[in-house]
Amino acid sequence: MSGFHFGHSHTPYAPEFRPTAAVRVPLAWLAPEWKLAAMLALVTGTALMPLAWWPWHTGVVALLLVVVISARLALRPLGLRLLWLSPFVAGAAVASLWHGPTGPGWLTVAVRGGVCLLTVLVFAAVTPFGALPGVLRRVGVPALLVTTMALMHRYLFVLVDESDRMRRARASRTLVRRRGLGWGMPAEVIGRLFVRASERAERIYLAMCARGWK
Amino acid sequence: MHIPDGFVDVKTAVTASALAVAGLGYALHQVRRELPPRKVPLLGLGSAFVFAAQMVNFPVVGGTSGHLIGGALIAALLGVPAAVVVMATVLIAQCFLFADGGVTALGANVFNMAVLAPVVGGTVYRGVRRLIPGVRGQVAAVAFAGWCSTVAASLACAGQLAWSGTVAWSVAFPAMTGIHLLIGLGEGAISALVFYAVARSRPELTTGVAAPAPRGIVGYGLLASLGVALFVAPFACPWPDGLEAVAAKLGFEHAAREPMASPMPDYLIPGVGNDGVATALAGLVGALIVFGAAVLFSRLLVRRELDATKSVG
Repeated sequence: MSGFHFGHSHTPYAPEFRPTAAVRVPLAWLAPEWKLAAMLALVTGTALMPLAWWPWHTGVVALLLVVVISARLALRPLGLRLLWLSPFVAGAAVASLWHGPTGPGWLTVAVRGGVCLLTVLVFAAVTPFGALPGVLRRVGVPALLVTTMALMHRYLFVLVDESDRMRRARASRTLVRRRGLGWGMPAEVIGRLFVRASERAERIYLAMCARGWK
Repeated sequence: MHIPDGFVDVKTAVTASALAVAGLGYALHQVRRELPPRKVPLLGLGSAFVFAAQMVNFPVVGGTSGHLIGGALIAALLGVPAAVVVMATVLIAQCFLFADGGVTALGANVFNMAVLAPVVGGTVYRGVRRLIPGVRGQVAAVAFAGWCSTVAASLACAGQLAWSGTVAWSVAFPAMTGIHLLIGLGEGAISALVFYAVARSRPELTTGVAAPAPRGIVGYGLLASLGVALFVAPFACPWPDGLEAVAAKLGFEHAAREPMASPMPDYLIPGVGNDGVATALAGLVGALIVFGAAVLFSRLLVRRELDATKSVG
């Protein structure tokens, strides 16, 4: 959602994020609660620690590398995500150059941002998102929010695939010259996607009722 | 606009998280009270929709492309409380699933994009719809609401970065808000195009938003103004000139020139003494111009016959 960016922007979403894909999740024996707690502790610690305590930062990176190697994580998607997101960290770090002596300094900001980014990426790679709603429910997050999150995860890639199919079908049938910026067609696809999403929501409600929901 | 980890300090993170939790909790309370059970799956599907819609590219000049943010659009389609829940779910998933936006900055990101953006967008949408009747009014309202919500969220984001001491306000404000004045135009146009596409094929989906209770508006207004008062107001009045001071010290202040003659240099109106008032006035003039553009856009977009036959707004 960071506004505008360059080039073809299909984010390299790794297949293990798709709930339907049968991908072996590394470190699956460790309860997701513990992974979440460890990730939160590492990120909070890194975001607070001044750069003078550099052994902490080195330690966190070393620990993450051990996890990456021992869990035999696929390096390519991890590296792609890191590359994809690092310009935001770098850009903001450059902006903090102008803060003068009172701010934390660009190097601190860049190191903190980079280490936290790697931590969250490794966490996401070893924790299936489908395990998170259960954890959130157990720690007392409202049921409505948890249900929304679980449904979003279930249907996210269904809708992404649906919008890809609609775009392809539309492109293969529309043989008129593009006018202006060409925003009409993608906007129509998104509008149709909303209509289909609401129809699907109706069907899901009926199915949930048929299975005894509420 | 996603703030990464390490960019907000403890006080900003805690304050923004408190505001975000309050806003989300209030929205959940309202949704539970007002939304019929039939519509509960729509929240999850709406979140998946916003996520998928953000992946659709809109080409801009020179190889750049942009995408929809969706806060104002979803507020116009589903109402403000549901939009807050939907946008918060999207941001939480982006944070934990794709590392988009920091974990420690999640509160700040949720407040800017999931509370402030839908509240501002939804309120502006309802206000403009009351002014202009018909589908044209709805489309103009969505376009203007998209711009307003984007600018409001970027203002809060700049304020949080400045309050944390990460980026000086004199850099963060023109960089963030200046760029988002333009990005907001794209957001408004895309939101209006999408909304019109829905209104043409399924008009009942665009008119079924239940009116929020007046109490709800007061609650959200209080939250939004508290956020603005905390994050933006301390900087907006005495215009800090850290960058200008550095420039003067290094002796290159003469190098900075206006790239072209602008009617309101430095966002200031000539003849108005107070900088803060002048900036606010310039903002107001800009908003009026964008509002006029939104009305014109809706007139060009919505053809007469549709407005006459399906005038259901």
